[in-house]
Amino acid sequence: MSTAVHDHPHGHDDHAHHPSGLARYLTTTNHKDIGTMYLWFSFAMFLTGGVMALVIRAELFQPGLQVVNPDFFNQMTTLHGLIMVFGAIMPAFVGFANWQIPMMIGAPDMAFPRLNNWSFWLLPPAALLLVTSLFVPGGAAAAGWTLYPPLTVQMGMGMDLAIFAVHILGMSSILGSINIITTLLNMRAPGMTLMKMPLFCWTWLITAYLLLAAMPVLAGAVTMILTDRHFGTHFFNPAGGGDPVLFQHIFWFFGHPEVYIIAIPAFGVISQVIPAFSRKPLFGYTSMVYATASIAILSFIVWAHHMYTTGMPVQAQLFFMYATSLIAVPTGVKVFNWVATMWKGSLSFETPMLFAIGFLFLFTIGGFTGLVLAIVPIDIQLHDTYYVVAHFHYVMVAGALFAAFAGVYFWIPKWTGRMYDETLGKWHFWLSFIFFNMAFFVQHFLGLAGMPRRIPDYALQFADFNMVSSIGAFGFGLAQLLFLYVVVKCIRSGEQAPAKAWEGADTLEWTHLPSPAPYHSFETPPMVK
Amino acid sequence: MIGKWTTGAMLALAPALAGASRYNLQDPNSALGQDIYDLHHLILWVCVVIFVGVFGFMFYAILKHRKSAGHPAAHFHENTTVEVIWTVIPFVILIGIAVPATRTLVHQRDTSAADLTIKVTGYQWKWGYDYLKGDGEGISFFSTLATPREQIDGTAPKGENYLLEVDQPVVVPVGKKVRLVITAADVLHAWWVPSLAAKQDAIPGFVRDTWFKAEREGLYRGQCAELCGKEHGFMPIVVNVLSAEKYAAWVNERKQKPAAAAEDANKQWTLAELSARGRKVFAENCVACHQGDGMGIPGSFPALNGSKVVTGSKQAQIATVLHGVVRDGKVTLMQPFRQLSDVDLAAVLTYTRNSWNNLGGEAVMPAEVAAARSSSPQALHGERASALRIAASALHAAAPAGHAGAAR
Repeated sequence: MSTAVHDHPHGHDDHAHHPSGLARYLTTTNHKDIGTMYLWFSFAMFLTGGVMALVIRAELFQPGLQVVNPDFFNQMTTLHGLIMVFGAIMPAFVGFANWQIPMMIGAPDMAFPRLNNWSFWLLPPAALLLVTSLFVPGGAAAAGWTLYPPLTVQMGMGMDLAIFAVHILGMSSILGSINIITTLLNMRAPGMTLMKMPLFCWTWLITAYLLLAAMPVLAGAVTMILTDRHFGTHFFNPAGGGDPVLFQHIFWFFGHPEVYIIAIPAFGVISQVIPAFSRKPLFGYTSMVYATASIAILSFIVWAHHMYTTGMPVQAQLFFMYATSLIAVPTGVKVFNWVATMWKGSLSFETPMLFAIGFLFLFTIGGFTGLVLAIVPIDIQLHDTYYVVAHFHYVMVAGALFAAFAGVYFWIPKWTGRMYDETLGKWHFWLSFIFFNMAFFVQHFLGLAGMPRRIPDYALQFADFNMVSSIGAFGFGLAQLLFLYVVVKCIRSGEQAPAKAWEGADTLEWTHLPSPAPYHSFETPPMVK
Repeated sequence: MIGKWTTGAMLALAPALAGASRYNLQDPNSALGQDIYDLHHLILWVCVVIFVGVFGFMFYAILKHRKSAGHPAAHFHENTTVEVIWTVIPFVILIGIAVPATRTLVHQRDTSAADLTIKVTGYQWKWGYDYLKGDGEGISFFSTLATPREQIDGTAPKGENYLLEVDQPVVVPVGKKVRLVITAADVLHAWWVPSLAAKQDAIPGFVRDTWFKAEREGLYRGQCAELCGKEHGFMPIVVNVLSAEKYAAWVNERKQKPAAAAEDANKQWTLAELSARGRKVFAENCVACHQGDGMGIPGSFPALNGSKVVTGSKQAQIATVLHGVVRDGKVTLMQPFRQLSDVDLAAVLTYTRNSWNNLGGEAVMPAEVAAARSSSPQALHGERASALRIAASALHAAAPAGHAGAAR
């Protein structure tokens, strides 16, 4: 295949008609430029949120207050959560969508290129609002990323900046989703029916609908906080007839789909990587699509499992417990399908595959602890403890982040035309894997033994596991600098990558495009059998 | 093979998992707690078995089906039978889990037929307890962190129960069903004692309930479990479970207390006495924000050292602690401290007026606080008075049963 394709590594013909330097990136409507910006932006946010995590872990290294005061500690936990969810993980997968969706469906670009530019450029101001809120009087929001009132009403103006940041990030997500849905529904190459789309495209189609349904709900919730704070409304103020728990219902009606907004594109990446390195087609493609759709639908009827301790009626608790447990069925189907894809394949273990297997292994642990937490009587013991912190980091870090790493290593030869350093990539995987477990596995024990989350200081019986966790967190953080080095080294001096960099890869970007992919790919659509 | 090895390791680990609370839920001190403990174990083992099974297959594939071992790729990509089986089996397992979970939950939520009812109120950052019904009815007190500031700041060695000790534990009789009705005065809190398997959010303006029945005497410790601001990590809960006789004795002793307090109020106090007592009150109520050196935290909590409020008129300072500080119609983090006695308020005011660089040389007498307390907010002038009215009404609405009132 690669012999039939003319390689032109710099694609200079394509670059002739657009500005260069900063103006190129400010004005670009090209899905590849925008995808690149999304990815670098999310990496910068990942480091920012990561430094905040390390401040938290430094304070928790030993009992007592050593590094920061409790108020600043709460600002760190709040901003770490907001930045990682909205600034790092979500934009990372939008970056993948931008780069990959047009190439995978044989389209020249996204459906709305200018909207695409605007979706991205909404992000930096929002990030700036979040980060600068640290320096306003009273400091940043310190009510946790879940922004529960009435505490949010007590905050200083840092809270208002966070609310505006969430508004802007939400707008960006909604615009991006409209673009992705339109592209996927209208711009597929002739012959590519919906059920022939690569699974990554399917997962993004479903995610985009989730975003459209969930983000406006969040915008509403934070707007109500804003008017409670400044304009005399009492949505959440019992003194005026409001209800603090109402906020939690609205927030989690957004918040639970949000979990899948993050996880589902990760499923998509894994569903491309595992077949490629198993040299075998994805097992159960159809059931994967249906399982993903069921997870998405179920995600809208399980929100109150985040609120078991608010004291809702027992009937409601039973409903949410049963509905939440049901999610284990489609999730199980996905895990079984991935393992069945590997079964009797011809496996090789390059870095993307290592991260995919790491994802599969650790995400499943996160899934199991999710099942434990779904059971109301147990959750009442574990709610708001480190067990929950461990659970969602297994899903968000070992789940979504590891999938993102798998995706970067998998597609970077297509993006840059160069191969990354395989040895260093493997180092990055193993360091991340070991330190991740060191940081988070012990947190299960902390939670079981009764350590609440969001506390800057703790009783002495929690000291040893906290120390282990902090060492793990710092190791994990440092390992990500190695990732940066691997990526920069690949862009600058990696070996030339062939058009089909991976033997088992079979989607259009590998079979029909050179590496690096030209600035404008598929001006005439390929025919898909 | 790998699967077997993992199973072996898990079985070897089992005693450690079952025995030590270091790796597991705390040893339960109630039948309900034991049910939850067992339920957790059941689900944990179901998960472990499935995990080992699934990843046994995966690691077998990793070992045997690798390209470097020369394994050729098969081409199958679906199998309806297998797919139906692995959809149905998890479903059946879930039903198996749901049955005991439902039974435990229904038991857990039944708060009827309690022997003793205690109202619990979460404050930033302490707990208030009012014994509403049953033996000890009418008893009422606050419970605050007893760990000295020096231990937290690292200038003194940390004690055994660091951060899990309070000045006054909530006292209950052993073997009796204790119902807690829980609310909050300001923001969300959550009352949680792990070994009693009771956790319930405290929600301002709403009353929720939970219960426990302790099986053994002793001290049982827990913490606030819902982020409630800066001192969230510093508002522990201690439950002292006593035998029936000891509990009766405790109730008796508590009933004598109001008399002692009245005696206090009538006593003639000297500046030195008040200031000494005030130092203690300050350490329990004020130090978290205003700090031991009276310098506060710049940008968040104002300094008392050199403050115009503290060195200015006594009346204004008394009003500040009685009514809190209201800005834009909302009570700020400087809340009313009406729940403290006249003597304690007079003492802490005297202390702040005669500490650090504040050398007023004048005491605030309990009688002055009492007088200010009984005069209506209308006696104050202008904007401040109307702001106070808003604050007072907000407070009433937020805690319908009026903890502050009950405390006195």
